Amino acid sequence: MPRNAFTAASSSPMSRRLFLTTTGALSLGAALTACGGGDSSGSSGSAAPVSKADIDKAMKTPTELTFWTWVPNIAKEIALFEKKYPAVKVKVVNAGQGTPQYTKLRTALKAGSGAPDMVQMEYQAIPTFTITDSLLDLRPYGAAELKDRFVDWTWGQVSGAKGEVWAIPQDTGPMGLLYREDIFDKHGIDVPGTWDEFAEAARKLHKADPDVYLTNLAANQPAAWHGLLWQAGAKPYATSGKSDITISVDDAVSRKLGAYWGGLAKEGVISVDPDFTDGWYAGLNKGKYATWITAAWGPAFLSGSAKATAGKWRAAPLPQWDAAKPNAGNWGGSTTAVIRSTKNPVAAAVFAQFLNSDPATAKMFATEQFFFPATKALLTDQEFVSDAPSFYGGQKVNQVFADISATVDPSFQWPPFLDQAATDWTETVGKSLADKSDTVAALGTWQSRMTTYAKNQGFTVKGS
Amino acid sequence: MAVTTPSTAEDRSRPGRPRRHRSAGPLFVAPFLVLFLLLFLAPLGYAAYLSLFQTRLIGGTVFVGLDNYAQALGDSQFLHGVGRVALFFVVQVPVMLLLALLFALALDSGLLRLSRVIRLGIFVPYAVPSVVAALMWGYLYGPDFGPFAQLSRNLDLPAPHFLSEGWMLGSLANIVTWEFVGYNMIILYAALRTVPHELYEAAAMDGAGAWRIAWSIKLPALRPALLLTLLFSVIGSFQLFNEPNLLMKIAPDVISSSYTANLYAYSLAFTGQQVNYAATVSFLLGLVIVIASYGVLLTANRRRTP
Repeated sequence: MPRNAFTAASSSPMSRRLFLTTTGALSLGAALTACGGGDSSGSSGSAAPVSKADIDKAMKTPTELTFWTWVPNIAKEIALFEKKYPAVKVKVVNAGQGTPQYTKLRTALKAGSGAPDMVQMEYQAIPTFTITDSLLDLRPYGAAELKDRFVDWTWGQVSGAKGEVWAIPQDTGPMGLLYREDIFDKHGIDVPGTWDEFAEAARKLHKADPDVYLTNLAANQPAAWHGLLWQAGAKPYATSGKSDITISVDDAVSRKLGAYWGGLAKEGVISVDPDFTDGWYAGLNKGKYATWITAAWGPAFLSGSAKATAGKWRAAPLPQWDAAKPNAGNWGGSTTAVIRSTKNPVAAAVFAQFLNSDPATAKMFATEQFFFPATKALLTDQEFVSDAPSFYGGQKVNQVFADISATVDPSFQWPPFLDQAATDWTETVGKSLADKSDTVAALGTWQSRMTTYAKNQGFTVKGS
Repeated sequence: MAVTTPSTAEDRSRPGRPRRHRSAGPLFVAPFLVLFLLLFLAPLGYAAYLSLFQTRLIGGTVFVGLDNYAQALGDSQFLHGVGRVALFFVVQVPVMLLLALLFALALDSGLLRLSRVIRLGIFVPYAVPSVVAALMWGYLYGPDFGPFAQLSRNLDLPAPHFLSEGWMLGSLANIVTWEFVGYNMIILYAALRTVPHELYEAAAMDGAGAWRIAWSIKLPALRPALLLTLLFSVIGSFQLFNEPNLLMKIAPDVISSSYTANLYAYSLAFTGQQVNYAATVSFLLGLVIVIASYGVLLTANRRRTP
């Protein structure tokens, strides 16, 4: 799964290859506006269920569907679908990964032609497309019945305010800590259980070896920051109705986070290099960073991009704010959504559901693309959780992240203008980390920039 | 029409000319006109139309007249972006053109050995896509593992901060210069090759040395070509986009989404979903370029008239 970020990772040839081989990346989407009401004369009240007979009939009618996805080698999974429904052919188009794909999608939607039937979409991008009425509610096609198969928090991410099901989860990225056991041992550092211990370890390590930092908090990575907000229990965005939004990225929880990370950056005991860049890859390979705060897709990604350090890494849950109540956030992962303008809604909806909920295809994603599963069944599948890669010294890394997955807060929400939020973060909070200036003050600037933007876009902004 | 009308007095007066000839002209021009209309005027008109509206995520599209223009003229992000590229233009373009001129004169002098290899060497960076160039320089500039940083560390010197706020514009100028010196050099070199050799011989007979020939013959002959390269550079500078857009990934704290005016327009459209305002900004940027180009032409012509 997508690894990375709200902003398309800049990629050196190396990183690009990695992206393609292991998984898709995540980025956040940008967009040509769609807006203005779109095609939707559409009421989003719950539509009447489509009968089993209608579904059967549609699946026996020769149909060609177009699917935009950046998942490598997805033809294998699609072959399983086409075997079950021989009348339906799926044409795969790689329209870019993350943001570039969303940009193309928005352009096609605005142009009124050229949009696909189904599309790969990261969780955080869903509200950005539902605000323009671009996604099809999958409830009439039986999607609601799949709820129990998926990890609870993922279902919260794909569900609308009135219970709509906007997409089917494909993979996830619960956040954890990858650390260099050799560096920890050398300096007598224990795996930190709380953020306070983490800060102490950061000071101790950097003092002992000025060339090494306990971790790197990338100043260009709003996705990681959102994941940390998520873990800390923040509720930065809340929408009610279509046009009301609450933006609170400057509340008590956010300030705690800002003071903590801004303080460590200012002290100079953590680094703030942009991630997914040449310098960052070199840093991982050469031991500049002793940990990587990452997500469940991180282990597979790292083993491909830091080969020089094989065997030295281990995985652990993130340090906690309250050790008694372990909590986790999520970074990355994506879904399959159906575009509302599709002419074959039944077949497209069935495809989205089959692709991600059928046990065989779901398992294939975990074993072929190394996606971290979104289905409960796989997270307890012995074959999956007992995998012990030598890159991690034989540690059962999947089990570590499967346990973390159970502690992800299910109520986190994304704003309907994620790209803007991400850019504003980088230019305020991210910049303050890099400049070693006041991160708490930068949270206020972030808040006011987003508030101004939201008001200009016609939202009623509350609680700011 | 002309074909069907009976021959006119004019035709009769010039009997040698087939009537068909007159109708052929428009036909030859038609493909150009069609492309010009479709690819230049239509998008321009559409952008102008778009810039008069405001589309919101909530509430749809409303006609706002010139409101967007009023907003842009007071928008510090836009104005700073324009100011930054103007500074870039003033510093980078003279350096680049001077280098290109020196290379062209040196190659033309015939005194260089391996002149073909050198010519190609100078030109090759232009063949490297600017995306690749920016990535490559981004690596070279790297503060930890870039070769310059490593070299200075080995010499116990402080590593240069190519990607810091103070150095960034210079680092961008270096990339752009590297990319386009060869391109401009080729234009100037080609212009030099058209100067008749008799002029040099005559000057030599009059006792002029190589410098004198370069100053009094070659440079004046190069004036139109220099003006052309200067105009290209005006447009290129004010539209600066690829290089900052790529270096933004490795220096996100220095290059903001409004670092250059062009980047700002792009961010407005694709990040902020403010297509209408993006059209306004683009239009104003176009206007700035027209004014700057006109200024350059005017200065050049004024110099020539006396």
